Amino acid sequence: MTLGWLARFLASRLLVLIPLLLVISFGVFSLLQLAPSTPERILLGGRPSTPEVLAAIRERYHLDDPFLVQYGRWLVGVVQLDFGTSIRAGEPVLPMIIRRLDITVFLGLFGFVIALVVGLLVGMVAALRRGSPLDRALVALSVVGVSAPAFASGILLLYLFGVVLDWFPVFGAGDGMLDRLWHLTLPAVALALSAMALIVKVTRAALIEELERDYVAFARARGLSFRRVLFGYALRNALVSVVTASGLVLIYMLTGAVLVEVTFTLPGVGSLLVEAVQGLDIPLVQGLVIVIAVFIVVVHLIIDILYRLIDPRIRFGGAHG
Amino acid sequence: MAEGQVAVPTLATEPRQRGRLAGFIPVAIALVIIGVVVVAAALGDLIAPRDPNAQNLLVGDVPPNGQFPLGTDQLGRDVLSRIIAGARTALVGPMLIAVGGMTIGTILGMLGGYLGGRLDAIIMRWVDLMYSLPGLLIAIVIVGVVGGGYFMAVIVLIVLFSPADTRIVRAEALRQRPLPYIEAARTLGVPTWRIMFVHVLPNVLPVVVSYVFLDFAFGLVSLSGLSFLGLGVPPGTPDWGRMLFENRTVLFTNPLAAVAPGLMIVAAAAAMNIVGDWLYERFASSGAGR
Repeated sequence: MTLGWLARFLASRLLVLIPLLLVISFGVFSLLQLAPSTPERILLGGRPSTPEVLAAIRERYHLDDPFLVQYGRWLVGVVQLDFGTSIRAGEPVLPMIIRRLDITVFLGLFGFVIALVVGLLVGMVAALRRGSPLDRALVALSVVGVSAPAFASGILLLYLFGVVLDWFPVFGAGDGMLDRLWHLTLPAVALALSAMALIVKVTRAALIEELERDYVAFARARGLSFRRVLFGYALRNALVSVVTASGLVLIYMLTGAVLVEVTFTLPGVGSLLVEAVQGLDIPLVQGLVIVIAVFIVVVHLIIDILYRLIDPRIRFGGAHG
Repeated sequence: MAEGQVAVPTLATEPRQRGRLAGFIPVAIALVIIGVVVVAAALGDLIAPRDPNAQNLLVGDVPPNGQFPLGTDQLGRDVLSRIIAGARTALVGPMLIAVGGMTIGTILGMLGGYLGGRLDAIIMRWVDLMYSLPGLLIAIVIVGVVGGGYFMAVIVLIVLFSPADTRIVRAEALRQRPLPYIEAARTLGVPTWRIMFVHVLPNVLPVVVSYVFLDFAFGLVSLSGLSFLGLGVPPGTPDWGRMLFENRTVLFTNPLAAVAPGLMIVAAAAAMNIVGDWLYERFASSGAGR
């Protein structure tokens, strides 16, 4: 099997994704114009100023140029990985983001793995014991999980395991691998909870549907063991829906990370976004949104490739997305 | 489908009939929770034991006692009164989000699903684009940078919720289109708009109503998330999400100040989810032949 389809697919996708990123970047740049204050006042960050200072700022940031010229200049910078300078911190935006990245990536992947592993297992158990009290209890729990925002479950976990039981630290991100794992367990569980509920729901529904198909009854009638039918056929087919859901979950991890990082006072990208938004640090907001948009585009690309690896029908069906 | 022709031995058969009454118990509990929130929102000032905004710095943050059933926050404000007062922002905003998003979704979904063609293609392009974006992050950036407070947050969330609603209504409208009653109406020369809104809409309504409840739950979760981050409600407003943020700091002295509003959000959202799921299973999925 050649990987020619993959190259063709990637090429066709990039043709769609690059214009999409351009549209997003334009929207983000327009934010500066939409803000309820003039750009130079935002750039000053509320400090008192004289007309001369304002004029100097307009000059320095080229604010007297036409909007499209400003956008073009900013875009050229972005392509060269120069996202401008933070207003509040006075340093380049990109290094600020990169410095905060490790905690968020660690937290997101940790939460993602918990949500996926536990969600798949629970969903499988619920599907195999369909209609039993255990199944109904698991379904009810997943309703509560969907209803619990990450910050609410975060506070509850913090109180139960951090304050009452004192098993986990209530503050900080920890140094070194093990210490960090220990510090980020509660935040990751809080992050995983509502995503896990979605995975349970999707796995359960997809597996129940697969197990009712004729090929399962036929394979069993031919004498294949249930284990082999489940793991060899039914689960694999059910995974297509789970892969779709896990893409949504990975993107949700970003939103969740914002809330969880604020809840647990962790210095990650999520809390940086909140600080940037609250401080109206527009260059930093713009840089963060671009980084996040690229991340989302890459996740969608990976999901699309995974689909084609799991289900050859999509690969050869001429579906170009 | 060859339904009922071959008895396929499944792993567990679903006890459908048995569960009907037992299945109503969670719905009853959910309705009670919703009722309590509605009463608190309607009568807030009348039933709150104290002024929710009255500070008492001499008291400080104290755990529950005879005077303050849920204790006080760091400014000495009564937590119970603030939770009762907070029912208002927890009810009005999510309701507007659910109804507003579903109104846009119903219009676009009916147009796309029933009329089809190029209009449908454009609508679905937009829906797919919005689906691939993290809604709450967009809301954080827009509400945070542009400002506009609580109602700006509600408007942004209405727009962000409408694509999912469009997709759901469109699927239902598509399901109705090939049915005989549509064909009959068309043969009789009933105008298209009349078929859509007088004949198709009532059949789509059960799905619409169930999803209004499900949207309410997600709207509450999203809106209180924005309040939690200090976006939306102004500082000092008694709002469950905001209380969670402000009272994180008193987790050691009066944990209930943060835990209680958190439980209220989860309880109210879960109640709406349970009612929405129940309505869907009871009224909407039966017509779909499932």
